[in-house]
Amino acid sequence: MAEIEALMHGFAVALSLKNVAFMFVGIILGVIIGVLPGLGGANGVAILLPLTFSMAQSPGGTTTAIILLSCIYWGALFGGAITSILFNIPGEPWSVATTFDGYPLAQQGRAGAALTAAFTSSFVGALIAVIVITFLSPIVASFALEFGPPEFFAVYLLTFCAFVGMSKEPPFKTIASMMIGFALAAVGTDPVTGALRLTFGTEKLLNGFDFLVAVIGLFGIGEILLTLEEGLEFKGARAKLSLGVVLETWKELPRYWMTSLRAAAVGCFMGIVPGGATPASFMSYGVARRFSRDGDKFGSGQVEGVVAPETAAHAAGTSALLPMLTLGVPGSPTAAVLLGGLLIWGLQPGPLLFVEQKDFVWGLIASMYLGNIAGLIVVLTCVPAFAAILRIPFSVIAPIIVVICAIGSYTVHNSIFDVWMMVVFGVAGYLLKKLSYPLAPMVLAIVLGDRAEAAFRQAMLVSQGDLRVFFSNALVGTMTGLALVLLVWPLVTWLLSRSRASA
Amino acid sequence: MKRQHWQTTLALAAVLAAPLAAQAWEPTKTVEFIVPAGTGGGADQMARAIQGIIAKHGLMKQSMVVVNKSGGAGAEGFLDVKNAKGDPHKIIITLSNLFTTPLAQGTPFSWKDLTPVKMMALDEFVLWVNAETPFKTSKDYVQQAKDRANDPSKRFKMGGTGAKQEDEIITVAVQQKTGARFTYIPFKGGGDVAVQLVGKHVDSTVNNPIEAVAHWRGGKLRPLCVFDQKRMPYNNKVTDAQSWADIPTCKEQGLDVDYLMLRGIFMPGGVKPDQAQYYVEVLRKVQQTPEWKQLMEQGAYNTTSLEGKEYADWVAKEEQRHVELMKAAGFLHKK
Repeated sequence: MAEIEALMHGFAVALSLKNVAFMFVGIILGVIIGVLPGLGGANGVAILLPLTFSMAQSPGGTTTAIILLSCIYWGALFGGAITSILFNIPGEPWSVATTFDGYPLAQQGRAGAALTAAFTSSFVGALIAVIVITFLSPIVASFALEFGPPEFFAVYLLTFCAFVGMSKEPPFKTIASMMIGFALAAVGTDPVTGALRLTFGTEKLLNGFDFLVAVIGLFGIGEILLTLEEGLEFKGARAKLSLGVVLETWKELPRYWMTSLRAAAVGCFMGIVPGGATPASFMSYGVARRFSRDGDKFGSGQVEGVVAPETAAHAAGTSALLPMLTLGVPGSPTAAVLLGGLLIWGLQPGPLLFVEQKDFVWGLIASMYLGNIAGLIVVLTCVPAFAAILRIPFSVIAPIIVVICAIGSYTVHNSIFDVWMMVVFGVAGYLLKKLSYPLAPMVLAIVLGDRAEAAFRQAMLVSQGDLRVFFSNALVGTMTGLALVLLVWPLVTWLLSRSRASA
Repeated sequence: MKRQHWQTTLALAAVLAAPLAAQAWEPTKTVEFIVPAGTGGGADQMARAIQGIIAKHGLMKQSMVVVNKSGGAGAEGFLDVKNAKGDPHKIIITLSNLFTTPLAQGTPFSWKDLTPVKMMALDEFVLWVNAETPFKTSKDYVQQAKDRANDPSKRFKMGGTGAKQEDEIITVAVQQKTGARFTYIPFKGGGDVAVQLVGKHVDSTVNNPIEAVAHWRGGKLRPLCVFDQKRMPYNNKVTDAQSWADIPTCKEQGLDVDYLMLRGIFMPGGVKPDQAQYYVEVLRKVQQTPEWKQLMEQGAYNTTSLEGKEYADWVAKEEQRHVELMKAAGFLHKK
């Protein structure tokens, strides 16, 4: 096994004292970055990139540099879950789905269990993805080449349909919420003609609605407003504060091995394609709800509902590095910044990277194993500390959250306008929750709306307007077919139950 | 309170230092380096490389932060700099969207609102096809494209970055010179475009060298010609057989189209000459470093570098050329 040998060599490279030290520094920085909404992993890595520039000049320095940056990435993946669970505020796009069950768990006083489940499944997801990268990289890389515009659209369609078909909410409310999201995603530059649209002549809307601002407002501010209405206290105050909760949760987790495996498969697929960690987490949550025995209870605080999105997000986030290394196509915004880093350090991502830069590539892969172990240790030991935050009186923590949210929104584009947008989204989020419209489909549509549109219109250009292009080969045909089946699934079950009732 | 105190001290220091400052201006706070494009693209890479080189060699006393303002095909960044008239702590790196965005969208800015500082380099464009296709020269390829021009469903697909920007302008220019017709398909970034060509989802691209070089070396793509008046000067072998200098110019093959993309630095309008001169000096030093030279070779950049009036004249000429190119292509914004 040439891979094992190369990997062992990689471990030797990654395990130098300097590299391990940077690994921990990266993880801790990453967790902080992940916790602060707005300051995403991509920003964090971009800010630190120039620092690594001088680091990369020393012998073996490029490996240290990429270890530092990729560990920030792992840290941010871990950290994104923390605020989702504690405050219902996703620190990162891919942790939106974690709020669905994580936050109810925290409200029931089980924040420690939710955090442990989230961190552990993140680790499992990453581990499976790294194993895939280690042994299957050549095959997997060529699979990504199969994806042209029609295939990309089919993937996005599948994500949307999985969400409509598997949602617990009434399908029409889900679709309505999603459509509002699509409308918001359309603001800004038209991806095919380059024209500006729906900006109403103002410069402020040139950039469209940023997903992060929407999420911070809808979830963060909306949640604060709800809590204000319901009385000024945290329901999670009874959270247990010992490390014992980690072990207790670990005993429970093996029960969900099937969910984990499915989630990891979804995650790896979406990371390699590359669709990204955010759609992976949503899709995995939808799939888990459909297949789980306790599917009906999802959304009311199921540990399984935390395991599914976190495993998938981390698997996708990790495997997204593969197309970046082998093809030079970043699978996520953070991977895009890392790609820029590689080029600045004088490394050329592409098919030859694995041949010419063995030390670097295998050092990086080894650091994925080690970085995630380091990450798990760091975040698990902090579980009681994170859970303890919930003991702070609401009247103290709420203003802090609002300030952090405002800073987060400002950071996205350094614009005060975004802070106002956050407030507007906050009020909208509050109203929609009161009317029991689900927020997640809207968020999903804002994230993927313009990408799906671009892929659809590119496909239409390719086929000269022929819709059959979405069934033109086995790959795209299967995905489109599956998407349509999922979309009409609620209708089918409704018809079935009706015919059974009348019979 | 503490902050105010500091400001007073700084103001005082500034007054005391005034006679000295008259000789050479220097930034007094962090300099914002605007990138009117997303993270990870060519302009972003260059900006971050410049920032890294400045930090590593201590070329500036104050620090520099890179800020991406990519909204509206870069309009967000340009408007930000336009509105910061007289602010010497802001610089911006430009790509061709300095010309194309206001022309195509009617966004109210022009390079005349900015102060030209220094042209750092020019980016080349190469015509690429998949290595498994039989085309060896641009002549073969264009001839085929011409033969297919009349049937829209058989036309070759040209992948490119963005809409009504440099890649599409070049595509249209090729069409006008030769009578060939392509279906232009816009993608988000140059890396995506290259992979779409490797995966045969498009038939050709006009990727910048740095975007496609990895796949060329991997034997997946074949360069046909470079859209420049002379060949690229880099003689080191990139693949087993070829160097950048071995790629013929399109003109040599009878395809008379040339296009280079500006990678240049500007400041807001209304800054003082000594302030602009400060950045010219810093950027000159950046160009002397081995890291910069390495970046130039990797991306096979055209290292033409202009300053002052020459640079301004070049930009004015280039704007005129874009007006003509875009008018001919029908890309101008209709009021």
